[in-house]
Amino acid sequence: MSAPQNAPPVLTVSQLTNAIKHCLEGTFSCLWLEGEISNFKLHTSGHLYFTLKDSGAQISAVMYRANAATLKNIPKDGDRVTVNGDINVYAPSGKYQITVRELRQVGLGELLLKLEELKIKLHKLGWFKKEHKKPLPKLPKKIGVVTSPTGAAIQDILNVLTRRFAGFELLINPVKVQGEGAAKEIAEAINQFNQYNLVDVLIVGRGGGSIEDLFAFNEEIVATAIFNSRIPIISAVGHETDHCIADYVADVRAPTPSAAAEIVILEKIHLIERIEIIQSRLQQMVFSLIKHARTHLNGLLKQPLFLSPYAMVGVPMQRLDEMRNRLENQMKQSLNQKQLMLDGQKKHLQSLKPTTQLEFYRQKLCTLEKNLNHRILNKLNSLRKEKLAPLVDMLHAVDPKNVLTKGYCILFSEKDFSVITSVSAVKKEQDVRLILSDGELISTIKEINPK
Amino acid sequence: MNDAKNEKESENLSFELAFFRLEEILEKMNSGTATLDESLKLYEEADKLINTCSSRLNAAERKIETLIKNRKGELALTLDQKPITQNFDL
Repeated sequence: MSAPQNAPPVLTVSQLTNAIKHCLEGTFSCLWLEGEISNFKLHTSGHLYFTLKDSGAQISAVMYRANAATLKNIPKDGDRVTVNGDINVYAPSGKYQITVRELRQVGLGELLLKLEELKIKLHKLGWFKKEHKKPLPKLPKKIGVVTSPTGAAIQDILNVLTRRFAGFELLINPVKVQGEGAAKEIAEAINQFNQYNLVDVLIVGRGGGSIEDLFAFNEEIVATAIFNSRIPIISAVGHETDHCIADYVADVRAPTPSAAAEIVILEKIHLIERIEIIQSRLQQMVFSLIKHARTHLNGLLKQPLFLSPYAMVGVPMQRLDEMRNRLENQMKQSLNQKQLMLDGQKKHLQSLKPTTQLEFYRQKLCTLEKNLNHRILNKLNSLRKEKLAPLVDMLHAVDPKNVLTKGYCILFSEKDFSVITSVSAVKKEQDVRLILSDGELISTIKEINPK
Repeated sequence: MNDAKNEKESENLSFELAFFRLEEILEKMNSGTATLDESLKLYEEADKLINTCSSRLNAAERKIETLIKNRKGELALTLDQKPITQNFDL
């Protein structure tokens, strides 16, 4: 089969698409386009994909990461924007799209202009001056918050306070923080806190958002309420760069609600930390003082005076014992003396007893009697000796036996024991008996010689 | 309200005095001129002051409330014209 002659040339899809690409991209470059964003998608790659539309048409749009990074606020569905970019044909899917280099919010210019005008006006009134700034209470008992009860701001504030303290008092005045009527609600809430004197310090704010979202905090009615508040106010509008009017008028500006909570309790945290430091310092000091004193005491206790329990009391104890001994001796002596005296008295008394006297006299009588007897006997004896002895002697002298001792003898007749007193009474050869003092002799007469 | 304010002020004053006294005690003990006996007495006093200050700092019970408003944004009031509050649920 062969192609018919004069037939029109056949293009490939790629050829056509490339032709369209050249045609479109050459014609529609660096153009400004206004429309409403829909199907907005922030890809993880950082590129933005969305659709721009108006009542009759729509066009896909992409904003690559490098360009998207310059955006102050990430756009969202429904935003009316003006974009600057080029038309590209994306061959793989056969679609055309606008590649956005620059994106501007429609109406932003008016908003910013209004803000600047108000800023200048309030500045001229002197509302931003330091002399109007009220000092924050050091230790607020009750903290007021003007914000949305469902927003991130209140959660952030509560998180900070809870992390720092177990106990605090917080009173929320719930308000709309964006959209129609938000500014009026915020201003009224500030006035209400003042009217009823409900708290010691106020946090007025919300979490981050686009400049349009935050615009309530740029309105004059809010600025006036803040300026007129007797209660010190911390503004806490979460945005990165620009300050809003509320920040300028507020007594203290916090970059975020969390920061505002930190500021409110800053002094309290300082005080608590300071007290903890003081406490630990004092403890250290006292401990070291006690330790020092204990060491000193231990040193003292090692002295000999304290080592022996008797070291101090020994001498007095001995002296006491000595004194006790002396006292006892004295007592004994004194007792003995008394005893002796008593004994003497007793004897004296005994001697004075009538029976004793009787005995005494009886004995005396007895002695006298003895003496008398003795004397009589003596007398008798001497009498006997004096008178009788000579008689006896005389008697002795005449006793023949005594004569014999003197050499005499008695001559007895042998026959009849008659004494021979004459020579005539004897004959020759007659036996005679001679009596001598110590015996007898028998003799024979040999001669007779009369006289 | 005046009474409450005065009370608050005198409370703050006594707190500040206690704190001032604490610093004074710290300085005195730091100087090392106090005897052991004095130091112990000072420490005892400081301990009481610390307790006073700490309990003042940590006294508040955790109370999170919200004001109640009607549709017009006016505060709901009690009969004696005080704003009504209710506990705020996280």
